[in-house]
Amino acid sequence: MSGPRIVYNEGYLDEQTKRVVRRALLKGVAIPGFQVPFASREVPMPRGWGTGGVQLTASVIGPADTLKVIDQGADDTTNAVSIRAFFEKVAGAASTTRTDHATIIQTRHRIPETPLTEKQIVVYQVPIPEPLRFLEPRETETRRLHALEEYGLMYVKLYEDIAKYGHIAKTYDYPVLVNGRYVMAPSPIPSFDNPKMHQSPALQLFGAGREKRIYAIPPYTDVESLGFDDFPFEPQRFDQPCEICESTEVYLDEVLIDDHGGVMFVCSDTDHCERTLTAREHDHITEVNA
Amino acid sequence: MSTLIPQNLTPGFANPVRDAQRVFRAVLEALARPTTPQPVEVDLLPPAPLGVTMGAVILALCDEQTPLWLDPALRAAPEVCAWIAFHTGARIVDQADDAAFVIASSPSTAPRLADLARGTDEEPHRSATLVIDACCAPGIGSLTATGPGIPGVAHWDGAGLPNEFLTQWHENHSNFPRGVDLILAAETAVLGLPRTTALIAAIAHTDEKRNA
Repeated sequence: MSGPRIVYNEGYLDEQTKRVVRRALLKGVAIPGFQVPFASREVPMPRGWGTGGVQLTASVIGPADTLKVIDQGADDTTNAVSIRAFFEKVAGAASTTRTDHATIIQTRHRIPETPLTEKQIVVYQVPIPEPLRFLEPRETETRRLHALEEYGLMYVKLYEDIAKYGHIAKTYDYPVLVNGRYVMAPSPIPSFDNPKMHQSPALQLFGAGREKRIYAIPPYTDVESLGFDDFPFEPQRFDQPCEICESTEVYLDEVLIDDHGGVMFVCSDTDHCERTLTAREHDHITEVNA
Repeated sequence: MSTLIPQNLTPGFANPVRDAQRVFRAVLEALARPTTPQPVEVDLLPPAPLGVTMGAVILALCDEQTPLWLDPALRAAPEVCAWIAFHTGARIVDQADDAAFVIASSPSTAPRLADLARGTDEEPHRSATLVIDACCAPGIGSLTATGPGIPGVAHWDGAGLPNEFLTQWHENHSNFPRGVDLILAAETAVLGLPRTTALIAAIAHTDEKRNA
């Protein structure tokens, strides 16, 4: 009978804010891996819950887009469900859980297992955009270090890991060198996912709402995970397949299944797991019928 | 009461939110995939000599925070200045190096890249974006482009680039991370050239190979 009481601007943000974000994105794409400051606005969720990613998606999305949102690989966790519902309400865009149907994939801490395409944009939610932050707390100094391409601190940190543990102990948010120039934080994705960023056909955008930074990796750009000649970067590996869909070469989550410490290892990418399982069951039925 | 709206001002975007989003996406894709034209289709009637795609890019990206420089032909047209001022609120500046967006109505009227803001080593994003109207512009020769956004090597005729551009661009490219980014606005498409793209004349390239 009556219309909605509040009508939001399409994409929630006002047009001026979108232009600020859009201009920052264009400079970010032109300077791969460089953190462009922007005036981060309030969105209806607390800082640290993906406000940077939400602002990027809001500035990029249009009615022709199909949005997928994942949180640690899953489409059905709180953060993913609420952000997807938010954009269904304010953006007039379709949404999906299938990686191969999406044009924009907003992600927290994973890159989908399904290979990305040229038609896709990946939006990463970033908590700490500055890879040198825990080595040098002063923003003025880290900016200068980036300007001077002075990344000795980072190599010392990796070296100390090797001296102490015998291997580089960082397993997520593993620092990368973008286009041979800027050291960049890939957001807390597992180091398992780092190789997927290298020469990806998709455009990758990073938004840090609380820290007010935007950065980007254009498609087909070199993204090298840092390492040494004698201790090169080693992504995480899993020896066993997913216990639901039996996929190998995928990132697995450890899931508690009882009160006695029993666990199972399953795909972190729920969409990949569901589709692999469906395809497997379909093959099985065809075999039985044959 | 006098009105602030000049007479005969043509409208801006028919649908400001969606049109701005589509034009921005084309520009984003253009800079992300250099030398690949990205279609822009908008229903827009900016005053001459401002082209349709040029007008669309200005409306989508400019506002009171982005000083604009206009080339003499555009500057001499009061309707153009009034249209931009009314629809975007952008300030029009006299010095090209003060501008965030530098607007040239043809390749020949584009200022030299060295005269534009290039940012600093700490803030390379505070650099100018040069937008050139490339409607009906002829190619300047056979070019090859490499860099982020280009799988392998791209071949391109350089339509819309000013004369003697390659030396300027080489200098611009070698200043990375500082530098100017370029948007070429054709009839119904935009084409991007971010500072990361290396351009060489294809003939020189073959010579190099032969000499190697």
